[in-house]
Amino acid sequence: MMTRKVRKWEKLPGKNTFCCDGRVMMARQKGVFYLTLFLIVGTCSLFFAFECPYLAIHLSPAIPVFAILLFFFVMAMLLRTSFSDPGVLPRALPEEATFIEMEIEATNGNVPAGQRPPPRIRNVQINGQIVKLKYCYTCKIFRPPRASHCSICDNCVDRFDHHCPWVGNCVGKRNYRYFYLFTLSLSLLTIYIFTFNIVHVVMRSVNSGFVKTLQDTPGTYPFMLVCFFTLWSVVGLTGFHTYLISLNQTTNEDIKGSWSGKNRVQNPYSHKNIINNCCEVLCGPAYPSVLDRRGLMRDDLPVPTSALSIVPGLWLLLESSYGAMFPLQKTTAPLIPNEHTPDDAKPSMADSAIAHAEKRSPSPREEKLPSLPKSSPTLTKVPPLASPETDAEASIIAKDKAL
Amino acid sequence: EISAPWTFHNLQELRHSASLANKVFLQRDYSDGTTCRFQTKFPSELESRIERPLFEDTVKRLNIYYAEAEKMGGQSYLEGCLACATAYLIFLCMETRYEKVLKKIGRYIQEQNEKIYAPRGLLITDPIERGMRVVSLQLLLLLCVCVCERETDKEKHKDR
Repeated sequence: MMTRKVRKWEKLPGKNTFCCDGRVMMARQKGVFYLTLFLIVGTCSLFFAFECPYLAIHLSPAIPVFAILLFFFVMAMLLRTSFSDPGVLPRALPEEATFIEMEIEATNGNVPAGQRPPPRIRNVQINGQIVKLKYCYTCKIFRPPRASHCSICDNCVDRFDHHCPWVGNCVGKRNYRYFYLFTLSLSLLTIYIFTFNIVHVVMRSVNSGFVKTLQDTPGTYPFMLVCFFTLWSVVGLTGFHTYLISLNQTTNEDIKGSWSGKNRVQNPYSHKNIINNCCEVLCGPAYPSVLDRRGLMRDDLPVPTSALSIVPGLWLLLESSYGAMFPLQKTTAPLIPNEHTPDDAKPSMADSAIAHAEKRSPSPREEKLPSLPKSSPTLTKVPPLASPETDAEASIIAKDKAL
Repeated sequence: EISAPWTFHNLQELRHSASLANKVFLQRDYSDGTTCRFQTKFPSELESRIERPLFEDTVKRLNIYYAEAEKMGGQSYLEGCLACATAYLIFLCMETRYEKVLKKIGRYIQEQNEKIYAPRGLLITDPIERGMRVVSLQLLLLLCVCVCERETDKEKHKDR
């Protein structure tokens, strides 16, 4: 039976919405984003409809042309910020999570019963500063420097700046420059429209008198008001982010006061030069997304490591075209229960008899793995890791070998 | 017949079924900031498997490639400015320098796997598949593969 190809974005944890088969990635709450779109498109439409004809005729046709270009740039930056992956760090797979757990256990040693274990922090030295890397219990990783976990999107984001409801997405390493260019170009567009509004009203007043102008152009005034308020907030925001960029800081770090200078703590990421800082943030390399959203889900599923803490020296029967076999190794680390672990993939234990796997055709098939009961500390005979059809074949071969 | 498990086609199959094998993870080295670098410390689990200089060479080479991808220089500034001038629409048809280097890294890892690591029972996973957080090395057991080959050889002799 042909099953639908499942792309990886459908199985990604976290509270994101995906559109266009994984090409677009946004946060769940998009209401404010639609408001942003409405305000920008609405204001510009009114400008083009009411002001531009007059200005084009009486001043210059270049005015509306430049406005259109600026409008398209603003929209492109907005959509780019909203739709791209901000720099989400994928969660650790079970083996990696266990490995990290083992390392933590080794560092902490034996914690006496009843005592709380020490907080999970790793210290690294960056450019002479000690930076603390915190452990994320949701993603099961030690967060890289400057990364933070966004509770709205439930993801760890690299170089996390803030979660912006106006763009409906987190702002992080990959989309910060688009966000900044959006606020900058929107400031310019708002100033531009506001200025030419005033020019338009003044020119009409000079020609026909102020009162008549008010009567002729009723549509101007509501959106002049919108412009005025938008101007101050957007220009203010642009100014704030320009300041952050010149110091190579994120909004998150600024709010927390990470590099405020107390205890002689300085920003280790800053190049101490405004131009270098700006170049790094705005003209640095375009980082690719590490979330493979449009990749196809593979047939094999990762094994939860709780199953690995079974008696060592056991030969595991694995179905493969080349008869390779792998022994199980015991891991001593206890796992933090993780509700995100896929519970539909369980390993199978065979007896000490080693059986050859049949050579399979290379076409991909969905493997239906039988599920183990949750508590199975002792050796129990369970069906081998195989699809139902080859199950029979493998047992026949095992019988032949025994004979 | 069983062909050597370390030819290219077989490597894919091995990787898919090797999810139960033991793994070693090389963590990131943040001493230089947030640029992508991996620790070159030789893990003790690999002592019996591979020679230290070979391993260190691979990791150093990977670090060089990542440094090249993230280098701030004339080319990256040019790319950034040009892209900005086209409202980043140019990225829809052009591959960025970082993506080109990532492809190079993918080819390098595959070549290393085929030539050096798979014959020693190891498989390196490209860090991009783990969010650029770790380089994971899968420890495979070569012994049983040889056992299989011997058994099938016996079968062949029997058939004759």
